[in-house]
Amino acid sequence: MAIDIPRIPLGDGIEGGLDFLTSHYSMVTRGISRVTQSGITVLNDGLMWLPEWALMAIIALICWRVANLRLGIGAVLGLALIWNLGLWDPMIETLTLVVIATVVAVVIAMPLGVLAAISDRFYSLIMPVLDFMQTMPAFVYLIPAIPFFGIGSVSAIFATVIFSMPPAIRFTTLGIRQVPKDLIEAADAFGATRSQKLIKIQFPLSLPTIMAGINQTIMLALSMVVIAAMIGADGLGSEVWRAIQRLRPGDGFEAGIAVVILAMLLDRITQALRKPKKKTS
Amino acid sequence: MTETDETNIKIQVRGLSKVFGSQPKKALELRNQGKKRPEILEKTGQTLGLSNIDFDVREGELLVIMGLSGSGKSTLIRCLNRLIEPTEGDIVIDGQNIPKLSEKELLECRRRHFSMVFQNFALFPHKTVQENAEYGLEVRGIEKKSRVESARNSLKQVGLDGWEDAYPSQLSGGMQQRVGLARALANDSTVMLMDEAFSALDPLIRKDMQQELIELQHRMKKTTIFITHDLDEAISIGDRIILLKDGEVVQMGTPEDILTRPADDYVARFVEGVDMSRIFTANSAMRSVRATARDSDGPRTVLRKMSDNGLDSIYVIGRDRTLLGIVNVDDVDAAAKAGKDTINELIQNDFPKAGPDEPMNNLFAMFNDKSYPIAIVDDNQRLLGVVVKGAVLEKLAEAGEH
Repeated sequence: MAIDIPRIPLGDGIEGGLDFLTSHYSMVTRGISRVTQSGITVLNDGLMWLPEWALMAIIALICWRVANLRLGIGAVLGLALIWNLGLWDPMIETLTLVVIATVVAVVIAMPLGVLAAISDRFYSLIMPVLDFMQTMPAFVYLIPAIPFFGIGSVSAIFATVIFSMPPAIRFTTLGIRQVPKDLIEAADAFGATRSQKLIKIQFPLSLPTIMAGINQTIMLALSMVVIAAMIGADGLGSEVWRAIQRLRPGDGFEAGIAVVILAMLLDRITQALRKPKKKTS
Repeated sequence: MTETDETNIKIQVRGLSKVFGSQPKKALELRNQGKKRPEILEKTGQTLGLSNIDFDVREGELLVIMGLSGSGKSTLIRCLNRLIEPTEGDIVIDGQNIPKLSEKELLECRRRHFSMVFQNFALFPHKTVQENAEYGLEVRGIEKKSRVESARNSLKQVGLDGWEDAYPSQLSGGMQQRVGLARALANDSTVMLMDEAFSALDPLIRKDMQQELIELQHRMKKTTIFITHDLDEAISIGDRIILLKDGEVVQMGTPEDILTRPADDYVARFVEGVDMSRIFTANSAMRSVRATARDSDGPRTVLRKMSDNGLDSIYVIGRDRTLLGIVNVDDVDAAAKAGKDTINELIQNDFPKAGPDEPMNNLFAMFNDKSYPIAIVDDNQRLLGVVVKGAVLEKLAEAGEH
């Protein structure tokens, strides 16, 4: 005996909400779209304007300075391979998207993370939201991005920011909460204000943890930017996407390997930044 | 000790109580009905951290608050600068009632009046020794140049010059706590709060630090409140001691008050472990001088004073009771017979002399074969009293009984 329970129109509700947002806030979304697009263009053109060897030298130098010579050499070899495979331009496009998405995600995540560290109420409010953001299949974010920002790189960045932001928030909160209580007490005892504590004590002491969060964000951003090729984002993702459509595993792997090289470079550089120049043994 | 000088009181604590829990009113009500901590905990689930504490902190003194863990001493010191909010009571410092201050006034009050030294040092690991020492001044917005100077000065005070650029993790425990001390000193607040400041140090270093604190304190006359669970420490550094138990004051007084007249069994049990001969000072065995000779007295007058009081030697003092020396009965008698009219050339200087704080076990060794009583003099060489051999033996015997 089947009871006829009406289906809850969850999807309809969400669609209605999204429709409302797109029709009433198109000014906002179009504004965001224009700003983001010009950001992408400027950064992309800037990176493209540099000759390949010059950018390679710069990246290798960064690797060497923040990490070690070995990573510098690795960077040269990896980037040379990408260049050789003719994937330089898509690699730059992907890098641009990752950088912009990460910057936006971190800028939004920092204050939220700090707030969640300070306020227990905000913490209990945002944690389920973060769980939601992280476990929702990444593809789903692509769908509402299109009505908001249309097909292309801006939508990709929108989806990427949402997908990659949670670790930056989580790690910021974690880092600040992990600052030993006696240090906070000491700061309080000397009459430090909340912002003095935050800027001079909590923030510097939680920097390694926050950097770990940013590292995670970058990795997630890279993976999402590749997936975002499905909604027309340029870059290595679209190379993979094309390879799928044409059933050319060789091309697919080549682009995939380029993604791996880029990921490893970004990961190693940010990991090295995490461990600040140790002054103590 | 009586409150002789009201004007010199720095902090006045009255009726201070702290309840940990969500229904402090209920707990205080039970407390007012005469219930004690365990019963209140059982009935309401509230912990009575501090109950009705009254005491004064005098300007320039080193006040020790002593108690075992759970006695409420850490809570008490944190109530003073409101790192823990007191439930009721007044804490008045220079006319300001701390529990009533607004958030902003409280910050100002903490910056001006309190600097704190912590048990586990609580140094900022990302700052150098110098930057740590500057911290209080940095918080107050003092400009870089003058705070560098103050911090450097206070680091020198604690013997850390040359270590300015090191990081705390490169320092030993004792040195780290010196940085903690320097951080508190540089701030030049009016009161220094020390929370078990030396408890994490190993015993030898701890003794050194205690000595240094006493010297610093004498030099700078900084009002200091020192928390400890160690009676030896309390006695060796404290001008006065407050004993806490279960959040209440059990006894308040000078180290000697507490040792010689323990208020109850609890204090007495504490006192048991202390080496009394080290604690008793000349002061406790001293008696007033029955008679003294003046340098202007003639031999006959002196002879008369001696025979009236049954003495065979007498201390000679000048104006302002300054101690000049001692004369003995044979010499004076001879001079009187020779018809001299002054005792000036009879005055001898080979007599034992000590300050009032001299420990008893040192005194014993000072008696020489002439058995002159030990003259107790203050810093200006004024005669305060004398200690005779019998009194020392008596006190040492008393100490042995404890």
